[in-house]
Amino acid sequence: MSNSSKKQSWWNNARNRSLFFQVLLVAMLVGFFWFIGSNTLANLEKRGISTGFGFLSLKAGFGILQSLIPFDESNTFGRTFVVGLLNTLLVSALGIIFATIIGFTAGVARLSNNWLIAKLAGIYVEMFRNIPLLLQIFFWYFAVLRALPSPRQSWSTGDIAFLNIRGLYLPEPVLGAHFNLVIWTFVLAIVATLLIRRWARKRQDETGQQFNMWATGLGLIIGLPLLLFFALGAPLSWDIPKLQGFNFQGGMTVIPELTALLVALSVYTGTFIAEVVRSGILSVNSGQTEAASALGLHKSKVLKLVVIPQAMRVIIPQLTSQYLNLVKNSSLATAIGYPDLVAVFAGTTLNQTGQAIEIIAMTMGVYLFISLTISGIMNWYNKKTMLVER
Amino acid sequence: MKKITWALVATVVTLVISAGFAQASTKEEVQKRGVLQCGVSTGLPGFSIADEKGNWAGIDVDVCKAIAAATLGDATKIKYVPLNAKERFTALQSGEIDALVRGTTWTLTRDSSLGLNFTGVNYYDGQGFMVTKKLGVKSALELDGAAVCIQSGTTSELNLADYFKEKKMTYKAVVFDTHDATAAAFDNGRCDVLTSDQSQLYGLRTHLSNPEGAIVLPEVISKEPLGPVVRQGDDAWFNIVKWSLNAMIEAEELGITQANVDEMKANSKNPGVRRLLGLEGIAGKGLGLNDDWAYQIIKQVGNYGEIFERNVGADSPLKIERGLNALWSKGGIMYAPPVR
Repeated sequence: MSNSSKKQSWWNNARNRSLFFQVLLVAMLVGFFWFIGSNTLANLEKRGISTGFGFLSLKAGFGILQSLIPFDESNTFGRTFVVGLLNTLLVSALGIIFATIIGFTAGVARLSNNWLIAKLAGIYVEMFRNIPLLLQIFFWYFAVLRALPSPRQSWSTGDIAFLNIRGLYLPEPVLGAHFNLVIWTFVLAIVATLLIRRWARKRQDETGQQFNMWATGLGLIIGLPLLLFFALGAPLSWDIPKLQGFNFQGGMTVIPELTALLVALSVYTGTFIAEVVRSGILSVNSGQTEAASALGLHKSKVLKLVVIPQAMRVIIPQLTSQYLNLVKNSSLATAIGYPDLVAVFAGTTLNQTGQAIEIIAMTMGVYLFISLTISGIMNWYNKKTMLVER
Repeated sequence: MKKITWALVATVVTLVISAGFAQASTKEEVQKRGVLQCGVSTGLPGFSIADEKGNWAGIDVDVCKAIAAATLGDATKIKYVPLNAKERFTALQSGEIDALVRGTTWTLTRDSSLGLNFTGVNYYDGQGFMVTKKLGVKSALELDGAAVCIQSGTTSELNLADYFKEKKMTYKAVVFDTHDATAAAFDNGRCDVLTSDQSQLYGLRTHLSNPEGAIVLPEVISKEPLGPVVRQGDDAWFNIVKWSLNAMIEAEELGITQANVDEMKANSKNPGVRRLLGLEGIAGKGLGLNDDWAYQIIKQVGNYGEIFERNVGADSPLKIERGLNALWSKGGIMYAPPVR
C-alpha cells in the first residue's frame, strides 16, 4: 500500500488533483472579474463618463416626500441613500409584521371547523395570491385612494385626526421634561418581567407551583410607567394638525403612498404566509393532538405546547423566503411614488448624477445585505427550534 | 418599477460586456444596419407618442426622421426605443440607441460628465406649473405648502427645489416614474400642482379627465433647451445629427417647404437654396452623406416651422405659440449657422 502510493506520481494523487482544479477555478473566476472590471473602467474613461463615489458628497438639491431623518435640498447625495434605505426598511419591517399577523390569522382560520370562516379565509388566499402584486399596488393606490375626500372635506375623528387623499394626519406627541424617564422605566419593566418569567418557569419545573405572570407583567410594564408619568405631572402634549392653506400643517402624516404599498405588500405576502402556516399545522401528526388530549390538556394548551412548536419547524424556513420576497417586492414602490431606495437613490439620484454602475451596484448590495441579514436571523431561530435528536 | 430596474441592470451589463470591443463609427453602423435606432419618450403628446397602430409622431420623432432621411435616404427606417427619464442616458451610453431625442434638457452636467454631447436645440422650453381651476390660484407665488406631482429623473425636480427655496416657500414633492402616473395622481387630487416643462403640461392636460378644469400658471421658472443627444467621441455622427436639425431650421428661413421643395430644386436661382439642396457648394461631402441629404429631409419630413405647427402648434391639439421657438428673424431664437 505505502509502496504503491510512493510510486504514484504527484499528478495522480486525488487530493492534489482536486486542489489543483479548485485553485484553477478560483484563478479563472478572479481573472474573469478583473477582466470585466478593468474593461468597464477603461471603457467608461474612453467615453468620458465620470466614475467613482465622489458624487456621494455632492449637494443633492431635490426634495423627498418622506424622510425618517432630517433632510432638505441642501443635503448630499449620500444622505439621499440613507433616506431611501430607511424608507425601504420602514415599509419592509411594517410589512413583515402585518403580513405575519394576517398570514397566521388566515392560515389558522382556513383550518377552522367553522365553515364560513374557513371559506372566507380560502377566498382571501386564492384571490390575492393570484393577482400580480404591481396591479394590487395600483389598485390600492389609484382606485381606493380616489375614494378619499380632498383636504377641505377631510373625514375627521373629534377634530384631532384627519383622513384625506393627501394622507392620514395624526396628532404628534410632544415630549415634555423628564418624559425620557418614563420611557426608561418602560424598558426596565420589560426586562424585569422577562427575568421574573424565567424564574417563575424554573420554579414551576422544580416545585410545580404556578405564578400569575399576567398580573405581574401588566402591573410592571403598564402600571409602573403610568404611575411615574402622572407623578411627573403628565409631561406630554399633542401637536394637533390644523387646516392651513392647501393642507393640514403640524402633527404626523402617514402618506398614502406608504399606506397603499404597505397594504398591498401585507395582503399579498399574507396569503403566502397563510398557506405556509396551514401546511405547518397540517404537518403535525394528528396522533400528537390526540395524545395531548388524552393526557387531559386543555385545547388551547394542546395548540400552544404541542402543535405550534412542531409546526414551527416546517413554517420557519418557508417564512424566511416570504420575508425576503416582501423586502425585494417593496422596490415596486417607485411605481406609485413612495420614496424608497429604488425610487430615490436608483431613481432620482441616478439620473441627477448619471453614475449608473456605482448606484445600481450599491442598491443591489443593500438588498443583498438586508436579505442575508434576515435569513441569518431566521436560520438562527430555526436552529433554536429544530428537533433535537437524541 | 422592478421591470425598469432590470432594464437598467441589463443596460449596465451591456455596457460592461461591450467594453473593449472596438467601436465602429455610428454612421457606418446605421447605414450597414439600414435602420436608425432612436430613443424617444414613452408617450408625450406633441413630442413623441405612438398612435393605436404603433405609428410614432411628434416634434422629437420628426428629428429622428430627419436623421434617418439624411443618413439612409428614408425617413421610415427607424426603430423607436421608448425610454423613461431614468433609462435614457444609460441606453445611449451603452449603444442601445444611436441618438436620443426625448425632450432632454441641455445642462452642463449632462454635457460634460455623462460621455454625451448635445447637438442643438429643437425646442426651447421652460418649467411651469399646472393647477386645477378649483384651487383658485393665479400665481406660482401662492403655492406655499403645496403638494407637487413631478416625474422622476428630470431637471424639473431640481428647479422646483431651487424655486421654492428662493421664494422661501415649502412644498411636498410626490415623485412618479412616468408621465402617465404623474398625470393620474394629479387627476386624482393627490397633488395641488403638476410641474413639468410647459410644453409637456399642455400635452398632459389633454389627458386629464377634465382638461378644461386645469390651468397653466404664467410663471416660467427655468430655461429648458431640449435637444438631440449623441455619444461623445464620434464627431462624424455628431455633425450629421447637428446638421439634420439645422437643415430644417435653415429650410424654414429660406422658405423651402415639403410642398415646394421639388419646384425649388428645379427652378430656384437663390444661391442659399441651391446650396442647401445640394446643387452647389460642399453639399454632402463634409458630412459623408449623399449630396441631396437636406433635400431628403425637407421632402420627407418638412422644415422646422412645418414640424412645429403639425405637432405642437396651431395644427395640433396643443396649440402652443411659436414664442421663443420662432425664427430669429421673427422674434424667436431659432437660428441655424449658415449653410455654405
